[in-house]
Amino acid sequence: MIPIPQIDWFALAPEISLTAAALLVMLAELFLPGERKRLVNPLALAGVLISLGFVIALAADGGTRGAFGNAFVVDSYALMFKAFFLAVAAFVLLLSYRYIGEIKTYQGEYYFLLLSSFVGMLLMPSARDLVMLFVGLELVSVPGFIMAGLRKFDLRSNEGALKFFLIGVLSVAVLLFGLSIVYGFTGTTDLQGVAQGLAAAPREPLLLAGLLFVIVGFAFKISAVPFHFWAPDTYEGAPVPITAFLSVASKAAGFVGMLQICFVAFAPLADVWAPMLGIIAVITMTFGNLVAIQQRNIVRLFAYSSIAHAGYMLVPFGVVQAGNDGVNQQAMAGVLMYLIAYAIMNIGAFAVITAVARRHPARQVGDYAGLGSQSPGLAFALTLFLLSLGGIPPLVGLWAKFFIFTAAVNAGTSFGYFLAGAVVVNSVIAMFYYLAIARTMWMDEPAHTGRIASGKALGFAVGVLALLALASGLYPQPFRNAAEQSTLLSAAP
Amino acid sequence: MWSDLAITVTVFLPLLGAGLIVLVPKAKEDLAKPIALWVSAVGFLLSLAILVGYDWAARGLQFEVNAEWIPAIGARYHVGIDGISLPLFVLSYLLTFLCAIYSYHHIEEPGKPKAFLALMLLLQTGMAGTFIAFDLLLFFIFWELVLVPMYFMIGVWGGPRREYAAVKFFLYTLFGSVFMLVAFLALYFKAGAGSFDMQALYEAGAAGKFAGTFGSLAFLGIFLGFAIKVPMWPFHTWLPDAHTEAPTVGSVLLAGILLKMGTYGFVRIALPMLPDAARQFAPMIAILSVIGIVYGALCCLAQTDLKRLIAFSSVGHMGFVMLGIATLTPTGINAAIFGMIAHGVITGMLFFVVGSVKERYHTRSIADIGGGLLQTMPRMGAILTFVAIASLGLPGLAGFWGEVFALLAAFSPAESLVAAGHLTLFRVLMVIGAVGTVLTAGYFLWMLQRVNMGNAPDRWKSHELADISVIEWTAWLPLLVLIVLLGVLPSLVFGVTNPDVTDVMSVLGR
Repeated sequence: MIPIPQIDWFALAPEISLTAAALLVMLAELFLPGERKRLVNPLALAGVLISLGFVIALAADGGTRGAFGNAFVVDSYALMFKAFFLAVAAFVLLLSYRYIGEIKTYQGEYYFLLLSSFVGMLLMPSARDLVMLFVGLELVSVPGFIMAGLRKFDLRSNEGALKFFLIGVLSVAVLLFGLSIVYGFTGTTDLQGVAQGLAAAPREPLLLAGLLFVIVGFAFKISAVPFHFWAPDTYEGAPVPITAFLSVASKAAGFVGMLQICFVAFAPLADVWAPMLGIIAVITMTFGNLVAIQQRNIVRLFAYSSIAHAGYMLVPFGVVQAGNDGVNQQAMAGVLMYLIAYAIMNIGAFAVITAVARRHPARQVGDYAGLGSQSPGLAFALTLFLLSLGGIPPLVGLWAKFFIFTAAVNAGTSFGYFLAGAVVVNSVIAMFYYLAIARTMWMDEPAHTGRIASGKALGFAVGVLALLALASGLYPQPFRNAAEQSTLLSAAP
Repeated sequence: MWSDLAITVTVFLPLLGAGLIVLVPKAKEDLAKPIALWVSAVGFLLSLAILVGYDWAARGLQFEVNAEWIPAIGARYHVGIDGISLPLFVLSYLLTFLCAIYSYHHIEEPGKPKAFLALMLLLQTGMAGTFIAFDLLLFFIFWELVLVPMYFMIGVWGGPRREYAAVKFFLYTLFGSVFMLVAFLALYFKAGAGSFDMQALYEAGAAGKFAGTFGSLAFLGIFLGFAIKVPMWPFHTWLPDAHTEAPTVGSVLLAGILLKMGTYGFVRIALPMLPDAARQFAPMIAILSVIGIVYGALCCLAQTDLKRLIAFSSVGHMGFVMLGIATLTPTGINAAIFGMIAHGVITGMLFFVVGSVKERYHTRSIADIGGGLLQTMPRMGAILTFVAIASLGLPGLAGFWGEVFALLAAFSPAESLVAAGHLTLFRVLMVIGAVGTVLTAGYFLWMLQRVNMGNAPDRWKSHELADISVIEWTAWLPLLVLIVLLGVLPSLVFGVTNPDVTDVMSVLGR
């Protein structure tokens, strides 16, 4: 007899409430006249906060919940990432408020797409099944294709969106192909089942190719070299808040998927993919940093910088060892810490870029000349974010790097030390261009006069993020706790 | 109560002052000067209070605080002060205080006293914190905290090539220090105690946990961080640029304190934690130090820029300090600490004088000054003579003791080095180092001849250059007194350093 599926609605509450908010936003915009269309932004924010409330309630409730035959699991790992994504969503909304209101676009559609994408992100960390993971990833990506092209009047935006779409579709095809091969070998889509199947399966070239395809599919998503080509063009063309979204949230979603795939499903074959990802990590960070030095457009510069940061975040993947839980736990904690820290500092930087882009739509590094004397607050915050991205204490970026080093050194292998050395060298290269921006802001003569009015919502976002970067730099314990408590690995077979 | 709070209050007071200065409205920007002066004066008094309350005869940490900070990784807020830290700690407050006085009338273009003084106070917290941290992570944070304010000081208020110099300073130091961080982490995991506490790691080192290749590699990582900061030849190339382009206050603090962070790191961390590797690398360090001594002196002979000459002289002087450290004997290390203090006082003073000379002549070029400083500004010329002679190591003044004891220690290095057959090497190095002192005397005297002596060119005679001002006298007098005092009473430093040096180095004596 077929059992009637029991659905745990509470476990799904964050996703459901966010979906409802997305639909409501689209509907409400139709009935709001002219300037008041802006009000959908606070509406969307309210939806995000309600969803966050459900996440907190679930966390307070404790325990692990599942739905759909445990393809969807709510545990502390999933809840931590849900809270993370919702916090990112709140900041992206704050960044969007005035910018999207001013560029004459379809606000209802924009916020609908944004929230839909975040629904996908809420699904990702809960997905413990290849199909669920795939659905979540698609839900994250597809709205992104459209949002990247929202500046329709700008050729660059059209180009960027098209590139993003074509490469995105290609990567999805590759990913899906890989997943089908893995399914063929293991006969299951459940992540832990896959792990058991892979441990027993013979290491045939076709299986390894399937593994490779899956990893390449995700490598596109996180813009690791050599699968990064879309990122700079797309970032440059997209509206600035969407660039922040793509470089932080969308990338983090890719990393979440990779964590579940690599640390759980593919863990038995770590000796195959870990060195490969380690090498990709080194190439990614080195390439990203070296090209970033050349950039004159600040958004492109940050695009390459975010490629480099993806490289740092891949380092812990390079030291994963099959069955060595101590090393793997440390590696995973490194990635989690980095994602959180990276979100704080990169969204912060993009918040300042959004504010400056209002007066300087060309978004050149030269536009920041003299920002220190005109808008000391913004310049101070951006300096803080830049130093943090460079890993200078006492800011949160130091701890991000620190835990990457911890993961690499803790492995105790010479490859781990090699990776740590690569991160050291790259930190120095990266600091060169971060300092160049700081120099432009504080040491060059201003080309324009007058303060930059950032607006209340944006100013609030900048202030909160700067404070977070500093406070968690001085006292990183809460972040560390969050990273330690995630239970993904302890659930692994 | 006081002994628990003393260090914390003293270290973070300047940070508080920096915050206060940031709050000063832009219209009343000059208000920043009295605030900075008072904050640094109170900071200096607090450091003196610590000096007075310090028990000279005792060994080990005093005013110790050991509180929880990041339990997840075992990093603690462990601060304290001992005989090795104390002189440097107090010197950092003295120099900042004097810099605050000096800044009252002397801030380079583009002015902005508010930002300048806030950065100076932030720098003070970083410098002082480095000397009192007894947890590797805490140490690292204070160590890196210094970079940002100094970068902006050089980059905004510096000379014509300021931006290049600032970036070079920042990237060089960052490169070394990140390797150092990786080495710290390696020690942390290898010791296996889940602690970054220096004393715990000394014990792990003494127990031989860091032996063999691992220890050598860890030592090299740490060495890179400290050697760049000192700077040792061949990692010194950032120094002439940074010191030359920095504003006067920046040069004083760079030479006076920042360089000492590197040598202090060797004494505090590298040697006691990795004694085996230290013995292994000591001959290499000694060779590099002596190359630095001779190279620095030769470079000084070739300089045409007064400030750059002083900058290069630091390379030579720090070479003596490192030679003392490389002997691995209590004598050598005591000499090194004395050398650090003496160099901080003397070279800090030299940069003050050169900064003031440059301010009046609007040039740093020795040829453009063209001699006759004693005619145009007799008092300034006299002080330059006095400090230059102190710097070349005249007995009776502060520069003498550090150099002579470093050479003495090189004559009889640690027994373990002798046993390894390095005695001849060290004695040869001692002779070369002694030749270096002659070269040092040579370039300083030649500099004095070109700048002080002779007839002043007519263009300067008609200028009515103002001699030393009251503010300059106030800022300089304590240093001038110290130069004499340390020269005639070297036990002022040796007395406080010796017990702890002997204690810390006992691990190397085996």
